[in-house]
This record gives sequence, C-alpha cells and structure tokens, in this order.
Amino acid sequence: MSTSTQSPTRVAEEPGGAIRRNRRLPRYAPLGLYVAGIALGAVLSALTGFSIALTAVYGAVLGTLAVYTGARAVEGRRKATDRLVTALVTTAFAIAMVPLVSLVYTVLDKGLARFDAQFFTNSMFRVVGEGGGAYHAVLGTVVITAVTAVISVPIGLLTAIYLVEYGTGRLKKAITFFVDVMTGIPSIVAGLFAFALFTLLFGNDVRLGLMGSAALAVLMIPVVVRSCEEVLKLVPNELREASYALGVPKWRTIVKVVLPTAVAGLGTGITLAVARVIGETAPLLITVGLVTGTNLNPFDGRMATLPVFAYYQLTQPGTDTQAFLDRAWTAALVLIILVMVLNVVARLISRFFAPKTGR
Amino acid sequence: MAKRIEVSDLNIYYGDFLAVEGVNVSIEPRSITALIGPSGCGKSTFLRSLNRMHEVIPGARVEGKVVMDGQDLYGADTDPVDVRRHIGMVFQRPNPFPTMSIYDNVIAGNRLNGKKMKKAESDDVVERALRGANLWNEVKDRLDRPGSGLSGGQQQRLCIARAIAVGPDVLLMDEPCSALDPISTLAIEDLMTELKDRFTIVIVTHNMQQAARVSESTGFFNLNGVGQPGRLIEFNPTEKIFSNPDQKATEDYISGRFG
Repeated sequence: MSTSTQSPTRVAEEPGGAIRRNRRLPRYAPLGLYVAGIALGAVLSALTGFSIALTAVYGAVLGTLAVYTGARAVEGRRKATDRLVTALVTTAFAIAMVPLVSLVYTVLDKGLARFDAQFFTNSMFRVVGEGGGAYHAVLGTVVITAVTAVISVPIGLLTAIYLVEYGTGRLKKAITFFVDVMTGIPSIVAGLFAFALFTLLFGNDVRLGLMGSAALAVLMIPVVVRSCEEVLKLVPNELREASYALGVPKWRTIVKVVLPTAVAGLGTGITLAVARVIGETAPLLITVGLVTGTNLNPFDGRMATLPVFAYYQLTQPGTDTQAFLDRAWTAALVLIILVMVLNVVARLISRFFAPKTGR
Repeated sequence: MAKRIEVSDLNIYYGDFLAVEGVNVSIEPRSITALIGPSGCGKSTFLRSLNRMHEVIPGARVEGKVVMDGQDLYGADTDPVDVRRHIGMVFQRPNPFPTMSIYDNVIAGNRLNGKKMKKAESDDVVERALRGANLWNEVKDRLDRPGSGLSGGQQQRLCIARAIAVGPDVLLMDEPCSALDPISTLAIEDLMTELKDRFTIVIVTHNMQQAARVSESTGFFNLNGVGQPGRLIEFNPTEKIFSNPDQKATEDYISGRFG
C-alpha cells in the first residue's frame, strides 16, 4: 500500500495513513445489548410496581441506548449511527406489529369458539339464545359486495381510462380533484347519502340491499379510480405508439394493448378495493339494517351483513349474553378471513396475469 | 408498393413552440433516405409528422402539406389511422407487445384492426413478414413464446416484421439501431437494403457512417440555437453530402467541426 500519494476521496483517520481497519462487535452482541437494556427496563419498572407497558417503554429506550453506546465504544461513530437507526427502525416495526398480533390473537381466541358448521349453515331466524349462525349475514355480505363491485368497477375503471387516455385540461383536473374529495368522505356520510337518495326516490321506510351497495359504491369508486389510474399510467407509452403506428385506432389500442398489459395491476387494485369496503359497518347500518332470516334479494327488503351482524350481536344481546358475544367474535373472524382471502387473490392475480418474459 | 412523398412548407409545432420550420423535400420511392443532424434539431419530429404520429402528443400540430401519391396526408378528409396503415414505423427502442407471443406480435397489426383471417392465411403473413425481417430461422421453432424473451436485436427485427406485416408503402425508422450492438446493427442495415426494393424507407440516424452506408439520399437538419426551430439545411444524394456538400454547415457537421 502506498502512502506517498494522497487521494482526496480516501477515507482515513489521517491523510496519507493506512485505511482504517474495522473493529466489529461480535455478531449477536447488539441483540444482547438490546436485551440487556430491556432487562434493565424491567428492573426500573419494578421499582414503581411492575408493569409490562412500562417495561416495554423503558426497555426500548434503554436497549437502543445500550446498542448505540456499545457500538460507539467499539466500532466508531459511523457504524454506531447505523446500529442506532437499525435499532430505531426495528423498535418501530415491533410497535407496529403489537396491535396486529394482539388483534389476530384476540379474534382467533374468542372467535374460534363458534367457528363451526352450524355458524355457516344456520341463520338467526327464531334464535334468541344459543345456537344460530351467520349464514344469512355471510351471504348478505357477499351479495351486497358483489352488487357494489358491479356498480363501482365499470364506473371506476372507465373513469381511470378517461383520465389516463383521453382527459386533458380542466375536466381532467376537476375529476381528479373530486375523486380525491370522494376518497375522504366519511363512510357514515356515504350511508346518509344513499339513505336520503332512496328515501327521495321510493319514499319513507324503504330498505334495500341495493341502498347499501349504493353507499358502498360511493366509497369504492374513488379507490378503484385511483388504483386503476396508477396502473394504467405504468403502461409504457411506447406500446401505445407501436400500436398507433400499425394503424390501430385509439379505442382498439386501449382495449387490446393497454388493458391486457395492465390486467394484473387492474385485477389487484379492484380486489383490494373490494377488500376495503367489505368490512364497512356504518353505511350498512343505516341503509340495509339487519334481519334474522335469510334474504338474498338486494332489491327487496332488509338484508343481513357480517359487520352489522357483529355490531348487533354485541350491542343487543338476548337472553344468553355469552352466546351473542361468541357469535360477534366469530363474525369478526370470518370478516378478517374474507379480507385475507381477497388479499391472497389479489396476489395471485398479479402473479398469474403479469406479462411473461419467457426467457 | 413503394410511394413517393412530397413535403412542402411543413411547419411542426408542440403547442405554441415551433419545432421544425419550412421543410420542402421530395422522398423517392424504392430508396433509403437518411436524416442526420444534431440532437434536438427535429429529425424525429419531422419523421413522426410523415405518418401523423406527431399529433398523438397532446398539443402537437402541423402546418403545411405532405402529399403521398397525390393524396394530402393532412387533408381534411384524410383519416390519420389509415395514413398509419400505409406508412409504418419502427421506433428507437424495440417495443414488442409484452402480453403477446412472437406470432401474435407479428400478426398484431392485422388482428388488432379486427381483420378476420384464416389460420393458414395468417400463418402465411407471419412467415413472410419474419422472413422479410431476417428473423424466421431464429424464431420459427418458438413462435408461441413471448416476444419480450428475444434479444434486443431480435426484438427490433420483430418490430420491423410487425411493421411490414401490415403491408405498408413506406417504412419510417427512428434511430432503429441506436440501442443495438454492431452485429445486430449490421443485420438491420442488410435488412433495410433488401427492403428498399419493396418500400420507401426513411431513417433517422445519429451514425453518419450508417447514413453513408445504406442511404441514397441524405437530409441534414440543424438549428441555430436553443429555442430556435430546426430546419432542413440540405437535401442531396448521399454521395454528394459526404463528399462535396453545398452548405458550409453540412460540411462542418459531417467533418466533426460542429458546435
């Protein structure tokens, strides 16, 4: 190694000196330091009467400090900063995971009690105590969500196509603005809108599954527009130009080139939009209400849906309170499973419909 | 069938910005015409205006006349989509349709236009186009594989096959070799020389040796400065341009004294 030539980019302790050797902490030392910090936190919290929450707070702070000072002493400043940020990010991740894990655990714990065949084959018709199920609510949720998708997907997808392929100037800006506004509409407002609309059209005391779908569509359309717009923007302009250069009209270019290229992303976006509205409670509460029997006709009368079912089981238990609570938890569990299934479907869509490279 | 293109007093705009000004030129059938010039001087813009691809860009427009075999391409009753069916285009970067197989890519021009074809007929079109693009022997065993799996040079020849499968009269090529290695470039240059028996070919290139090798006529575009419109400085037989150009600017550019 030459020391006579000096390069300005050389990172060294002193100019012209040898490149500094890295002194590193042993592999599991940072983890050990962090755990030691948590242990110290536990001791600290025990001073004021032991509590897990306090231990976690003290432990996170002390553990991070321990890792930083340890690394600072052995490895130098740059590496210590790296360790510090790693510790912070990991702590933040752990904090974010706490509610998720806790929620899944609680719902599984309490929901599995009634996660049986009866739950999926019986309705609540003439059930006041034990037994009964959410057959009617599961199917109601599926029907209402399907109708919502039938309303929202064409409107949302066509709006996205307009925005990306045709829209210019003020109209495009206005539509984008109002779609953004719609994204922020509270779900209860969407429910009241549908309620008011159908009351105006069909008179007082009207209750239809379609009302719920209309309310959910108000929430779903902007999500569909946004996700489809982003996906369509990703289709390279070169493909459109290649198609135009072959003498293909614009609408055929969109139908035969742009949409097939984007189909994986569109499918994923739409599926996630469905997952977004399937758990909505408030709009369904004021539009479709709840019934104990099975009604699968969205054009006639009240329908049961899982979120509203869970809400009523919880707030208006009958003679056997525990049975009602169990059903509420199971309904929540089924809802989570439905959303999870939709997310998996979205993944599969994006995997199987993505353009193949074929190498 | 190759056709002659007459361009007169063509001004090309992006919105209010005049990009290319006052082009007058006559492009000969069954020959290769090369367009050279520094970056940003409007060669590609001019090329795209020949098959009305320019107006695809929002705000872009054209003034003046482009006449092919007596028909004004910018006439009020001329359908731009139909213009593009007669004047094909190959782009700088190979852009096969990623969702389609090699076969479907070649037949795309016919199929996307909703033309009903028997299997034997479309097989025939695909084979002729791929043979025309010198690609048949390389891909005949894997026509059902995605076009994006080919190498860059093969993809570019696939795009040429796709363009000639529609049966155009004119083929526009916008720097077709700039993304390719020398061997693929040679393959495409050979291909152009073969194709000029059947098509009118216009090529934009930054490679002056390429222009000298393949073209019969060469047009030199230049601009006076940033924000100024590009102009066609000189249009002459390639031999003359490269040995004894009329304009000082052309000579400077070709001999490397430019800028």
